[in-house]
Amino acid sequence: MQGARGFSLRMRDALVATALAAIVLLPVFTLHLERAGTRTVIVPEWRTLLWGCLAVFVVQMLRPLLAKRPRVALPSLPQASAGQRKVLLTAALLLAAVWPFFAGRNAVDIATLTLIYVMLSLGLNVVVGFAGLLDLGFVGFYAVGAYTYALLFHWAGWSFWHALPLAGAASATFGFVLGVPVLRLRGDYLAIVTLGFGEIIRLLLVNMTWLTGGPDGISSIPKPSVFGLEMARNPSVEGGTTFHQFFGLEFQSIHMVIFVYLMALLLALVTLYISNRLIRMPIGRAWEALREDEIACRSLGLNPMKVKLSAFTLGAMFAGFGGAFFAARQGIVNPESFTFIESALILAIVVLGGMGSQLGVIFAAVVLTVLPELAREFSEYRMAVFGAVLVLMMMWRPQGLLPMKRHHVEVPT
Amino acid sequence: MSEHLWMELAQQLFNGLSLGAIYALIAIGYTMVYGIIGMINFAHGELYMIGAYTGLVTLSAVGVYAGLPVWLIVALMLAVAMFVTGVYGFVVEQVAYKPLRGSPRLVALISAIGMSIFLQNWVALGQGARDMAVPSLIPGALRFGSADGFEIFMPYARILIIVVTVVLMTLLTLYIKHSRMGRASRACAQDMHMANLLGIDTNRVVSFTFVLGAVLAAVGGVLIALAVGKLNPFIGFIAGIKAFTAAVLGGIGSIPGAMLGGVILGVAETIAAAYIGSEYKDIVAFALLVSILMFRPSGLLGKPEVEKV
Repeated sequence: MQGARGFSLRMRDALVATALAAIVLLPVFTLHLERAGTRTVIVPEWRTLLWGCLAVFVVQMLRPLLAKRPRVALPSLPQASAGQRKVLLTAALLLAAVWPFFAGRNAVDIATLTLIYVMLSLGLNVVVGFAGLLDLGFVGFYAVGAYTYALLFHWAGWSFWHALPLAGAASATFGFVLGVPVLRLRGDYLAIVTLGFGEIIRLLLVNMTWLTGGPDGISSIPKPSVFGLEMARNPSVEGGTTFHQFFGLEFQSIHMVIFVYLMALLLALVTLYISNRLIRMPIGRAWEALREDEIACRSLGLNPMKVKLSAFTLGAMFAGFGGAFFAARQGIVNPESFTFIESALILAIVVLGGMGSQLGVIFAAVVLTVLPELAREFSEYRMAVFGAVLVLMMMWRPQGLLPMKRHHVEVPT
Repeated sequence: MSEHLWMELAQQLFNGLSLGAIYALIAIGYTMVYGIIGMINFAHGELYMIGAYTGLVTLSAVGVYAGLPVWLIVALMLAVAMFVTGVYGFVVEQVAYKPLRGSPRLVALISAIGMSIFLQNWVALGQGARDMAVPSLIPGALRFGSADGFEIFMPYARILIIVVTVVLMTLLTLYIKHSRMGRASRACAQDMHMANLLGIDTNRVVSFTFVLGAVLAAVGGVLIALAVGKLNPFIGFIAGIKAFTAAVLGGIGSIPGAMLGGVILGVAETIAAAYIGSEYKDIVAFALLVSILMFRPSGLLGKPEVEKV
């Protein structure tokens, strides 16, 4: 009796869900708009509707079974002693440094991009993960870094290594100046204001054509040099020496790619090291405390403004370094590269990896940049899947793939 | 000469008013959802876009039976778009937000951002990412001219926006004030937990809020598509941010505030476009958003929020 009643209830729910699915699918996936001359006509495709509804119906009917699935074990890292960890870390580093010499050009190039994202997400991790400030305009600081190098090169002929510290400093200054008024706001207001600032920076870059080249941006930005040796076929300055001439090697463009990769690796490691130390310092502890409870922090004598501002500024600085590097790798910067979706992507990396967890963030950066490259033929589905993954992650694992672990000392028993 | 300037200003005010009416329609959804569950429904702008698409689909489907009077076609577009988008609002809430109720704000906000990206690309996959032309159903315009050649130009499609918005806002205000559901939603906005204890089905109120917001956004989408004549799957993002600005400007959580904010933003933006340069109109909107949040986060008609331990 109970079973029959339960079944009919479930049937009713499933039918309602199917009807809703039909309405949702109808205007988007069934009634296709096609241009026929000057008119727009409808070309219906009933099959997608049918299959979609069927799928929803079946899933709804089977839901009680699905709900009983065994809890998925959380992937946690195997415990390793300090010595083992050191060995593992060294091995991983060596591998990361050596493999490009045996890999193809494309793979190394993608790896460089991945490392730029690692750098950016570690920077955002300081802001969002450690300090709990949702920053949706992170890409603005990234843009400031990229354009600082591009403009210094374009107008003053600065080289990458000269411009790099300035790019970091410029972004940090931006972060500081924007942070002062903005950081008084609460969580989601802060998110929207930072989004607004990110968009303002991008729109200014588009519109200040006299300075930034407008929508076309700035091109032919040189790659970093090796201790003053240019990595090019021919020296750009009369009488200069290039890398391959100096070392008596034959010119190969892959050398350049590998060199850029290694520099990106170095910068990513520096970022990792710095943020790793920061979180163990009093300032890092203050960030975490503030994230957990602002009022308690204030009553314990921390100045929330200062604490937040330090996180915001440091995060922006890392974005600036990443931006300068991005400009050097691409050779061209334009405002197209700094849209909101880029901010969302970096945020997704941090969220997916686990806010505050550095290993998780690196892992997620690798996954989110390498997967789209592998699945090129599905590129049109990429963004839709990306959005859906954000939603599903928040439902099933809001703490991320490799959640942050608190540093703690265990008393041996 | 000065008369000429006044005419120009009147023209900009009219343009701003019709743009602001659209912002106001979308802003209602933000402000009501925020008032009740305290979250920014980042995907709300996408509902406006879906409304516009549904309107175009309806128009193209009805176009086969030529000869229907224009008012009937427009009414049909609005009705179908309101219905479908309402369902979208309901489904989005059930799928992406309801399971997250009670979790930290950032979690819900990130889910909403994911939903927004998903819906944009969902429509781009289904209907293509390129611009779609919307046939102009309501051509023609009212003209108030002066003899020296300068005239105020008021397209009927834009007049329709203002008229429909005013009617809907009046109905909405009456509904929220006098109906059972309106009272329930006001109770929920004050204290969700208490309302629940007093026997209000709060889940239904939340669903109702989402559906209502979606329906109004759909109206905005259809009307703007008719006035502008084209749409693509990404129009919802900027419109959504601007409508959110309008909601914040008026004081988030306040319905009259959303209307006021929409109109102020629309007028500010068109005036900026006319007198500074059209490429700066988005910057003006964002700058307005940033400065409101910095100097008066509670908005023009909002109550300041008290932080409780």
